[in-house]
Amino acid sequence: MFRPSHFAAVVLFALFASVVFGITQRDTPRRMVRYGIYCFVLFVGSAIVLSWLMFLIAR
Amino acid sequence: MASEQNKDASADKGFIYLPLIAGWLVPGAGHFLLRKWGRGTLIAVSIIGMFVLGIAMQGKIYSSAHDVLDLLGLAGDLGNGLLFVFSRILGLGAEQVQVTTADYGTRFIVVAGLLNVIAAVDAHNLRTGRKS
Repeated sequence: MFRPSHFAAVVLFALFASVVFGITQRDTPRRMVRYGIYCFVLFVGSAIVLSWLMFLIAR
Repeated sequence: MASEQNKDASADKGFIYLPLIAGWLVPGAGHFLLRKWGRGTLIAVSIIGMFVLGIAMQGKIYSSAHDVLDLLGLAGDLGNGLLFVFSRILGLGAEQVQVTTADYGTRFIVVAGLLNVIAAVDAHNLRTGRKS
């Protein structure tokens, strides 16, 4: 059984989803790559920010 | 000029929904049919990888719907096409979600299906010329 940490699961999820979003939502390869990176950073970044918020609220 | 006309003429031939259906049944197949090898490979690796990781995390594959959330999960799982069918036949996935990683796995499987639907629609848009 594969048991990734929460963060590893977020990174894997973001990676796969960003690849598909990049390819399907933009027309040219250059824009696909840029949009994919943008989505990846938003996925991972928002997970980190929300995690810190929940940590601070729970204290 | 002439080659573009030939390309347009060949694009009009055949069953227009074939990339959509093929892309739904097999991730990336819609793009492969349109000779978009790179895009198809990336889509196939991403969606199949996500599905396999979901199974490896003992994610649940929805087989019936007892409430609205189950129905949404089943709809997402159906987006995986033949991956869903084979996983049901082979009895893959967990019956009950008992650990946290299994919950992640369940989401991976559902989202893989939803991404596959997006990719299949993208293949259809390429086929109809709505996207280049």
